Amino acid sequence: MKSASIHPRITRQLKKHTSLGQSIRNSLTMAYRGLLKIRRTPEQLFDVTLQPIIFTLMFAYIFGGAISGNVVDYLPVIIPGILVQTVITTSIVTGVQLREDMDKGVFDRFKSLPIARIAPLAGALLADTVRYTIATALTFSMGYILGYRPDGGLGYVVFAALLVIVCAWAISWIFAFFGVISRTASRVQGISMIVLFPLTFVSNAFVPVDTMPSWLQWFSSINPVSHLVSAVRELANNGIIGADFVFSLVGAAVIVAIFAPLTVRAYMRRT
Amino acid sequence: MTVNDRYKEEIWKNSGDWAVEARGLVKTFGHNRAVDGVDLNVRAGTIYGVLGPNGAGKTTTIRMLATLLRPDAGSARIFGYDVAKDPQIVRQLIGVTGQYASVDEALSATENLVIFSRLLGLGRAEAKHRTAELLEEFGLTEAAKRPLKHFSGGMRRRLDLAASLIAQPPLIFLDEPTTGLDPRTRTQMWDTIRRLVKTGSTVLLTTQYLDEADQLADRIAVIDRGQVVAEGTVDELKTSVGTSSLQLKIQNPQDIAPTREIVEQVLMVESIVSGDNAKITAPLADVDKVTDLLVALREAGIYLAEMSVQKPTLDEVFLTITGHGVKDGTSSSSEQSNKTEEAAV
Repeated sequence: MKSASIHPRITRQLKKHTSLGQSIRNSLTMAYRGLLKIRRTPEQLFDVTLQPIIFTLMFAYIFGGAISGNVVDYLPVIIPGILVQTVITTSIVTGVQLREDMDKGVFDRFKSLPIARIAPLAGALLADTVRYTIATALTFSMGYILGYRPDGGLGYVVFAALLVIVCAWAISWIFAFFGVISRTASRVQGISMIVLFPLTFVSNAFVPVDTMPSWLQWFSSINPVSHLVSAVRELANNGIIGADFVFSLVGAAVIVAIFAPLTVRAYMRRT
Repeated sequence: MTVNDRYKEEIWKNSGDWAVEARGLVKTFGHNRAVDGVDLNVRAGTIYGVLGPNGAGKTTTIRMLATLLRPDAGSARIFGYDVAKDPQIVRQLIGVTGQYASVDEALSATENLVIFSRLLGLGRAEAKHRTAELLEEFGLTEAAKRPLKHFSGGMRRRLDLAASLIAQPPLIFLDEPTTGLDPRTRTQMWDTIRRLVKTGSTVLLTTQYLDEADQLADRIAVIDRGQVVAEGTVDELKTSVGTSSLQLKIQNPQDIAPTREIVEQVLMVESIVSGDNAKITAPLADVDKVTDLLVALREAGIYLAEMSVQKPTLDEVFLTITGHGVKDGTSSSSEQSNKTEEAAV
């Protein structure tokens, strides 16, 4: 060992706590790791690439005629709906992968390093925004290919995309929480799907709400997914920032305010 | 156990430069007391071996010392810092190389080391430099860009150890560093560990092999069912076991009782019957006595099927110290359940 010499502990500057700056740097490094992992295992991106393509095609051609008379008229309804559903489904992966990661040997090393405890969690959540971006871009592109021409213009479409990504990030805290408290990755997947299915389908994402029985209408009207879908439709189709936009952001903030501390606390207890 | 008593006195007399001081560490998983009151003292600048079979509590002990697991009872200090009260400081003083490679399978060797370096606060250029240096040192430069999936067990362990050395920590935990490695790679690993200590590190390693502890460790703690059953230098331990052991297999299994009687009379030691093929094992301090023993057996009309003299193995250390053998099948399955329960804590 020519180069490596061990410093005695006296000469070391030992810090009792990690500073905010270090926490951020550590989190960014962990996010970089997440990106490298995505690049190294591109098969991880199957869901965010295939789902927007297949779902957009299927829903547009299956329901288009029945709901809006023809496919092109249905696109302004279904594209925001599919977008929200796809991106939120993608955020489940955050929880599943977090669980898988935490069971691996490398997590022991992270835990034994003098880094901010929150970094592996924050890094994972941050890196996954890349997945949401891919899913969002693909859904809008599919819509464009099928003939969707949002009236809001490109600027508002990008704005809508950003809104969806921010909300998906907020929602991913819920699944991260399941990821931290569950014992197995498949259980995370299971619980998350049970939560997600009613949330995305009992909403205005795919069909007009007034065709539902009244008790479902009631749920759909308070369902945050409905508000997010409406906000995206208003932005992309009309270029309007409406009340649903505010509802969506407030909803996202509430989710983060509840689940971020819960997740962090559960995560700290387990590590 | 005299070795043990002497050791306990030493703990309290000496308050010198200890790298590790553990008192009464306890960790329970469900009904299983995986670690049941472990005391350890490791002097700075030495190699300390924790020897025991699968499921003895070695890994759990290391995990508690490395702040990965909270002890249910007892306390531990690393260079004087309490692992429960100052975990963040302790983490700045240790490097941990786990039993199962604690590196990222999906990434390459370079990417792994760069990420760990960055996390440890090295700048971008510094991290690259240190990574290249460590890869060179551990003979991994050629494989640096390949994903770890294609790495051999030995390469993975070397990378794992390299990752533990980034910050040049004064204390390094190695959990079974050579389990599953071929003899040549094992020798290389031993050389690396020896070099580490020369540069001023303290190493605490666990192993299932007496041979490995013999080669490397200055002192050894033998651990069984979560307790330290013996502690001392390698020589002290070997003396307590007897320099070597005599193993006899007799032709007629009904002769076991009289044979043991003769063995115990002639060698003046206790014998043990081990295994299903009725092997009689006894410590052998004076080889010359074997002649007397053989004569005595012939006179009694007992016919031998097999006879051998063996150097002490971990098995013998165990037989002598605990009175029961290393039950490999059962203990490895309990280790498995440990792991799953640990994951569920």
